[in-house]
Parts: sequence; structure tokens; C-alpha cells
Amino acid sequence: MSQIKNVDEDLQNLEKPIAVSVDNISKNYGNVEALKGMSLKFPKGELTSLLGPSGCGKTTLLKIIAGLLEPSAGTVMVNNKRVTGPGTDRAFVFQDFALMPWASVLKNVSFGLEMRGVEKTEREGIAQNYIKEVGLQGFENSFPHELSGGMRQRVGLARALAVDADVLLMDEPFSAVDEQTRRKFQEDLLQLVESKNKTFIFVTHSIEEAVYVSDQIAILLPRPSRVSEIIRPSNFRAKGVDAIRRDSEYLDIVDDIWTSLRSYVE
Amino acid sequence: MQNRAFILKLFSAFALCFAWEIAGRVPVSYAFPTFLESMSALMQMTADGRLFEAYAETLRPLIIGIAISAVVGVIVGLWVGLSQFFDWLFSPIFIVMQAAPLAALIPLLVLAYGIGLTSKVIVVCIMAMPVIVLNTSGAVKNTPESLKEMGLSFLASRLSVISRIIIPAASPVIFAGLRLGISAGFIGAILAELKITPTGVGDIITYSRSIADYPSMYAAIFSIIVLSVLFLNLLDKVETLLFKGNERGYVSD
Amino acid sequence: MHLFGYRLPGMSSLLLWGALWEFIGQAKVTFFIPPLSKVLSTLYEVLGTVAFQNALKETAYAFCSGVFYAVVIGIIVGILMGKNRLIDELLLPWVNVFLSAPLTALVPVLMVLFGFGMKSIIITTSLFAVWIIILNTRAGVRQINRSLVEMATSFGATPLKAFTKIYFWAALPEILGGVRIGIIRAVKGVIIGQLLISIVGFGALFELYSANFLMSHFWAVLIVLFALAFSISEFFTLPPSILHNSSVT
Repeated sequence: MSQIKNVDEDLQNLEKPIAVSVDNISKNYGNVEALKGMSLKFPKGELTSLLGPSGCGKTTLLKIIAGLLEPSAGTVMVNNKRVTGPGTDRAFVFQDFALMPWASVLKNVSFGLEMRGVEKTEREGIAQNYIKEVGLQGFENSFPHELSGGMRQRVGLARALAVDADVLLMDEPFSAVDEQTRRKFQEDLLQLVESKNKTFIFVTHSIEEAVYVSDQIAILLPRPSRVSEIIRPSNFRAKGVDAIRRDSEYLDIVDDIWTSLRSYVE
Repeated sequence: MQNRAFILKLFSAFALCFAWEIAGRVPVSYAFPTFLESMSALMQMTADGRLFEAYAETLRPLIIGIAISAVVGVIVGLWVGLSQFFDWLFSPIFIVMQAAPLAALIPLLVLAYGIGLTSKVIVVCIMAMPVIVLNTSGAVKNTPESLKEMGLSFLASRLSVISRIIIPAASPVIFAGLRLGISAGFIGAILAELKITPTGVGDIITYSRSIADYPSMYAAIFSIIVLSVLFLNLLDKVETLLFKGNERGYVSD
Repeated sequence: MHLFGYRLPGMSSLLLWGALWEFIGQAKVTFFIPPLSKVLSTLYEVLGTVAFQNALKETAYAFCSGVFYAVVIGIIVGILMGKNRLIDELLLPWVNVFLSAPLTALVPVLMVLFGFGMKSIIITTSLFAVWIIILNTRAGVRQINRSLVEMATSFGATPLKAFTKIYFWAALPEILGGVRIGIIRAVKGVIIGQLLISIVGFGALFELYSANFLMSHFWAVLIVLFALAFSISEFFTLPPSILHNSSVT
């Protein structure tokens, strides 16, 4: 069959350096155990997806890595430094875009830089660059309510890229846009991962999306939340963005994942 | 399209004045002067300075009261919105104050503080503050969670989150509260004048009524209404100036 | 708000404030604030007096009539404005003006035109309430989902049926919201009316008590009034949750 490998231990043997390491993380909300004893490694320079049905704790895990939530137990290491809160080494892209509706695109994109104390002309210059890179040139002075959903998420992405963090955390970034825009985003994301030397952690509940964009897929299951498998699709990506969706390996992986996840859908 | 709306506004204003004129001529009541009579009384009062003197008197407690209510109200509102303890402690007071007819306290205030500036300022404040505080605290509490998280994720300090995210996000509702508060304050000021002591515009109204000079009375009332409309429009402009992005097509308060 | 791990109920800080009131009263800080306990016992007495009962009856009468007229006129005008563009453009500026204008200023006019009695008070009450009812009714009518309208037409509903079976219910939550706020405003209106016109109801009572420096009586009646106003407004917060459909702003 295709080259799906269970690589829990194999990852240790891989030459790849690890950017983010999650070690025995648990998170309780009162009596509810959202996460229990979760461990995972995210290789540097790759895009790892956290895929699973609702309630499996993937967004919770992402926010713990981001430093937005505190774990009840366990540690997270980013570039060998312990995570105690948000930091300059990580940037977050939000599902509902989290744009400031009263600020222009330029101000939104430069927000992260502003919080880091970058001076105005410099940060606006940097912001301009990234606005161009995500394809929104000309919209610097527009306001979020004047933009479509897809454009708004580009702003969110530009903002996260502008701070030049090592790790980019994306919380179902494409789920709030229409299907066609979503497909385009997925193709653009592939290019982005190629061109930037960053580590991407990507939460999604779409199997096709995960298999399409990821170098590594971690499948999470709920109650109790756990990593059930890790899949490393082999390089069908080299075949070109359009050909991937018809590649037989791609289709097989999607099918297999669905089969194992099917019973967990409520 | 803009023109049509404007023309219709103009037309309806004209129609109202016309109706007023007719009603005065009928006359609907011996105490109902025509539009023209009232307007000429208004002109006269403006010309001999009576109107300005009166407004100087009336506006003093109003402006002082509103300034205090706005500043204190927004600060208290922010405090209540941001702190669970102060929310528990103060919200019930303001909720009761908002629902209750505070005007009933006026006789008491007169007893306690006499008929001077103090009691009038207090009247304006108690009418204006509750809605400002409640609107502000409500808006702060309802700041979208993801915007706050976004701020934290980009390393904004707590103070930055409050000043750069929570306050701007809350500003439309805060301004709505200020609008309502100012209207209520206005009511308080007029009430104070009509009830507590005859000064300012309230005096013109009461005095004119007592000597059956109805055109003057109506003129004074007309001027109050016009003033409040102008003032609120000014407030809208201020909001637009300060927070350009607030023109996002909000449903009216 | 949590204390020692127990969740404190919503308005519980009022107990704290009540205790403070008692303390200030007992300490005789000022003549104008008698102890809460004294006020409460006076309240008990006052409730039984003829003067109070009359005041209550008169106020209730004025309030209910005022609200009735405001609701009827408000809903009708609101529906007309919501459905007819011309009427809307003509009337809307005025409704907005009167919504935020100091209506108190109009009371002298009412006194002059309609005399010093019940009539003026009823009209005052209606005036305070009607504008918000108009605005909310109009909004309710305007936001009726386009596809509901199309659905009704496609299934051949007559205008009357469509109105009674669909539009009315679709606009109802918004309308009720307006009526709720209108009622709260009406409470203020009826009190302000009485304060300025003074011959009837609680206005007269307040004059009587303040003229005779009967502080406890004054506060007692004030508390009753506030409690009534508060419970009326809270009461009207309940039904909408039953009728409210899934659309949330």
C-alpha cells in the first residue's frame, strides 16, 4: 500500500531537528479532562497538522503551545526553551480572523510589530511588504468590513508573518471562508511552507485539507484526548499543486483516515 | 439618493411647521400659538439677549453635570467591566438606578442641598451616570474573546490590551451610552429648572406660562429641542472623528 | 463573583449596601438618611394608609392608560413606517428627534393645553414610551427575513394570512423588545409627569412628606416606587425568552 508509517519512535531516529516538543500535557476544566498526558514532537521547518473530530482537544493543545492557555500538567518546549506564555518565537492565526474592526489593514498587520516596540515607519514598511506578499496590495487603507472573508484571513496571515516568528500556529484558519477560497489558500499555503524556513502547526478537521498541506499529520481522538497515529505522506507534493488531489496515494491516505475516524463522529 | 432623503427631511420639517401654523390659527386651544407667533417670540428673545442669559444659567449645571457624568461614568464603567469584584459590588446599584424613576429623588435633593447649583448638578449626574456606566461595563465585558487573545498572543501588555483593544472595541456602545446619558442629563437639567427653582430657560417657560405669553413659552421649548438635537449630532461627529472605523453600519441603539 | 469558593448570587451586594445604609442611619450622619430599619417599618405603616393607596391607584391608572395608548399608536405607526418608504422618510427624523430630546420640556405645554390633571399625566406617559416602540416595531418589520416573504408568496398566501401567520410573529420579538423599553420609559414618564403636575398620585405624596420633613415616610414611598419600577422592568424581561426565536443579534 502507500507509505503510511507509524512513526512515533521513528521520529527520534530522523535527522530532523525538533522545533516544538509537547511532553505529557494535561488540561482540566473543572472535572472535564480536555487533554490527558499528550506528547508530540513537531519537526523544524515542516507543517504538522493536528487532525481530529470535535472535542479531541486540538485547539486546546494549540493554544497551550501558543502560551494562551496554561496546562494543568506537563511542559511544552519551543526551540529548547520552556513555554510560560506567549513569546516572540510563536505567532498565531485565528479562526475568526480576530482583526480590529476599527483599524485599517495596515494598522492591523503592523499590530504585532507595534507590540514588540518596533518604531512606526519601520513597522509600516515591514507590514507593507507582507501585505504585498499575501496579495492584498492596494488595500492598506481599507477596513476589515470592506473586505471579503478570504481577504480578512490574508490580513491575519500577514500579521502573523510580519513578526517573523519561528513557529506559526494556525487554528482552523480556512474554515470560515468559502470553499473555492479555501482551496486557493491551501495551494498558497504549500508555497508558503516551501519558501519560509518556519515550523507550521495547523489545526483542522478536514481530512483532505490535512493530507493536502501537511508534511506530518497527527491524528487526535477524543475522550480521552490522545494521539492515535502519526502519518507522514510521502512526497506526492512534488507532483505539483494541481495533481495532488488526484494522486492515488493522496486518495488512499484520505480514505484510510476517514475509516479510522468515522466511528468517532457524533 | 442623498438628495431625495434631504429634500424629504426638509419637506417634512416644513410640513410640521405648516401644521403647527394651521393648528395655531384654528385654534386648537387658546393656549396654542401659531408657528409664526412662536418664531417671532423666539427672534425677540434672541435679540434682546434674554435667551442667551437664560441658556447661560441653564447650561451651567448641565455642562458640569454631563462632564462629570461622562468622565466618572466611563471610568467607573471600565473599572466595573474589568474587575469581577467591582462588578459584583456596583452593578446592582446602577441597574436599580437605571430602572427606577430617579426624578422622584429631586424633592429630596432640594431638601438636602437647597435650590442652588449643587442640587442641579447632582440631578443631572444621577440621571446621566447609570446608563453611561452600564453601557460601558457591558461593552467591556462583551469584548470578543478572540480579539483579547490575539492581543496577548502578540505580546501586548495588560494595559495595552485595555487601551488598544478593549476600549476601541467598546467605543460604539460607550458612545451610545453617552448619547443616552446626555439625553437623560438634559431631561434632568430641565426638570431641575422647572421643579426646583425658576432660573434660566425653565424660568422663561414657567414665567411665560404664568403671564399667558404662550408664544414665548413655546419658543423656549422649541429652542431646547433644537439644541438637544444639535448637541447629539455634534456627539456623533465627535465619535466619527475619534474612531473612524466605527462607521460599520451599526443597528441604532 | 466567588467568595471562599461559593458563587454569590447576582444582586447580593445590595445586602451590603443595605447594611451600610443602616449603619449610616444609626450613626445619624445626616438628618436626611434615617436608618433602613426605620424606613422599612414606616413603609409597613404607609402601605396601609388611604393616601398611599389612592396615590397607587391613580398612578397605576395613569401608567396603564399611558402605556396602552403608546403601545397601540406605537405599533401601528411603526408598522406603517416599516412597510412604506415615503412615510418612513417623512417621519423617521422626527421620531429620532423625540426619542432623545428632553421630553420633560414638553410637559408645560401639556399642562397648558390639557390642564393640571390625569389627562396630562397620561399623555406624558405615552409620550415617553411611544418613540422607542415605534422604532423597534419599524426595525422588527424591516428585518423580516426576505426568504420568509418569498416563501409565503410562493405558497400562495393572501396578504392578510401572510401578515397574521408569518410577518407578525417574525417581527414580534423586536416589537416586544421595544414595548419592554417603552414600559420602563413610561414609568419614568408617569413619575416626571406627577412631579411636575403635582396634584395627583405620588407627586402629591412627595410634596406632602417633604413639606413636613417626614424623612422616613419619604424614603419608604421612594423605596416602594423604586421596587415597583424595578420589578415591572424585570418582569418584562421574562416573556421574550419564550417567544424569542433563534436569531440573535
